[in-house]
Amino acid sequence: MPEMTLVEAVNLALARAMEDDPDVVVLGEDVGINGGVFRATVGLQARFGSERVLDTPLAELLISGLCVGMAAQGLKPVGEIQFMGFLYPCIDQLVNHASRIRNRTRGRITCPMVLRTPHGAGIRAPEHHSESTEAMLAHIPGLRVVIPSSPERAYGLLLAAIRDPDPVVFLEPTRIYRAAKGEVEDNGEALPLDVAFVLRQGRDVTLISWGAMLKETMAAADALAAEGVAAEVIDLATLKPYDEATVLGSVAKTGRCVIVHEATRTGGFGAEIAALIAERGLTSLLAPVARVTGYDTVIPMARLEQHMMPSVDRIVTAARRACQFS
Amino acid sequence: MADGGLPVVARFDVRHRNYLAPDGSINRPLPAFASDADLLTALYRAMMLLRNFDRKAVALQRTGRLGTYAVSLGQEAVSVGIASAMRAEDVLLPSYRDNGALIWRGVKLEEILLFWGGDERGNHFSGPIEDFPFCVPVGSQAPHSAGVAYAFKLRKQPRVAVCMFGDGATSKGDVYEAMNFAGVHKLPVVFVATNNQWAISVPLRLQTGCETLAQKAIAAGFIGEQVDGSDVVAMRAAAEDAISAARDGRGPRFIEAVTYRLGDHTTSDDALRYRSAEEVQARWKEEPIARLRSYLVGQKMWSKAEEEQLAAECHERVEAAVERYLATEPRRPESMFDHLYADLPGVYAAQRRELAGEGDA
Repeated sequence: MPEMTLVEAVNLALARAMEDDPDVVVLGEDVGINGGVFRATVGLQARFGSERVLDTPLAELLISGLCVGMAAQGLKPVGEIQFMGFLYPCIDQLVNHASRIRNRTRGRITCPMVLRTPHGAGIRAPEHHSESTEAMLAHIPGLRVVIPSSPERAYGLLLAAIRDPDPVVFLEPTRIYRAAKGEVEDNGEALPLDVAFVLRQGRDVTLISWGAMLKETMAAADALAAEGVAAEVIDLATLKPYDEATVLGSVAKTGRCVIVHEATRTGGFGAEIAALIAERGLTSLLAPVARVTGYDTVIPMARLEQHMMPSVDRIVTAARRACQFS
Repeated sequence: MADGGLPVVARFDVRHRNYLAPDGSINRPLPAFASDADLLTALYRAMMLLRNFDRKAVALQRTGRLGTYAVSLGQEAVSVGIASAMRAEDVLLPSYRDNGALIWRGVKLEEILLFWGGDERGNHFSGPIEDFPFCVPVGSQAPHSAGVAYAFKLRKQPRVAVCMFGDGATSKGDVYEAMNFAGVHKLPVVFVATNNQWAISVPLRLQTGCETLAQKAIAAGFIGEQVDGSDVVAMRAAAEDAISAARDGRGPRFIEAVTYRLGDHTTSDDALRYRSAEEVQARWKEEPIARLRSYLVGQKMWSKAEEEQLAAECHERVEAAVERYLATEPRRPESMFDHLYADLPGVYAAQRRELAGEGDA
């Protein structure tokens, strides 16, 4: 199997989906001849033509709204928003239309669209390019929110998202677009949505994360192992709807849980997981659930951004504290 | 050469279309279809049905049997004229005041009542199943219409998307973004702005600095036309022209239907707070139904007996629909989950069971 980067796996999945299904249409700003600002769509226009790989005008609301109209006609549009900070004009379309048209028409009209966007900080990008507001999206009923954390899962989950009959927002971890490498077989096989991946088994503490932050989380698990602490690491992968059973099952086993995310703390998705554990996993807890998150501040520009993001040290410290509790 | 000797690189004009004067006389030769008495009377009947339906819907709302409702009073010619020029296989993307277009296209009156009565089943309507439901967030259906039209073009289908919205929607970026894209790709889409002079309490002069709304199409690269929206013959003719141009691959069109909302914005609104009774009274002289009736009667295409028969038919049809609406069995609460996703994820299935009283989530 060839080794490739995460962004190459995204490209491979898009090509495979377009090859397999003539209804798949890729659209966005600069996705054509330029191949996308991160090169996720490189080569697709040459291969599938400018009608199916479509450079749109510079208008994000339009991209998401076009996807709704195309999807209502049975196309499978995959829209690209260049950075998550530019996703916000799409929120009206996601909340009011994409996520609910099936429900409000009682299944008469459906919306099998995917909206892809890079997610998160750590690439020294300009302002508004480093957002991680997945909790906002995960709050929307009827939507799916998916974040891969490896090339293999980027390939398999993106295929699943494109084949899914409902709208999916696919958040691609910018920081590991090229840093994450792995073997990917172009076998056209999708990975399951709504399912968490247990990346590492352990009995002492559960570490839950998603996207680029799994890099630090896995490194923390290595550091903890060196101290004799066996951490179980869960890649949540789909945040809406999320795999409650895997979370609860793991916490029942370990009794301790540290949730790691780059997004700001208040109302972040970690709060949702902590609430779930409080409601349905309290009796198995041996220590308070801990969150290691970004701070409740505007994401700093390049010079300070690494201080906002959870570090391996912060994760190890939180896990150590959980293990030493009581 | 213009001022300063600089060359003029482009010039534009905006035309206005009207055939029937407010008194039912004709201002210029009518289009060919107007010699078809059956068609003209069908338009008349549809407008009358809509007015009767509106009256009943307001009565239902006032007696607590319907939710907030938006009447079409005074602008019946717009939605009826537009819809009458569409084919069944075209796709309508309506705003919440386009009941007349839905009814023309075969949506049942009781389905419209269900929608306004707070039941999503009203959006699972009869008639063309690809038509969109009413769009409530103003103008946000315009990008959908461009997406629909793009699908038609990609699949080489001779179909047209017709997107309707009000004058207020033309102030939104959504509408411009959609029109701009449609212009780039010469999409088979017709945008119809019903300019009824008021976006709730905000008059047109505070909505735009433009002389016309039609000229907004110029910025998107296609023809915008102003049409007398109280003249159903003009609306039908303009719609025919625009829809056939779009179907033939000549790109999008924009129609500004200039009309007047004689009623309140919705049953939750009191228009006397922001406009005078005198203004409304004066506009009653231009309304579309009396106008067409005057023409039909003058042409001996319509009689008093037919009018009486129509009134009885409308009454009967509306009353029967109201009966069916009121007799519609309520849904079980847990049905709110039924179409959330194609397959309800297990985590929400538990919430559904909780709502159904089948144990804890």
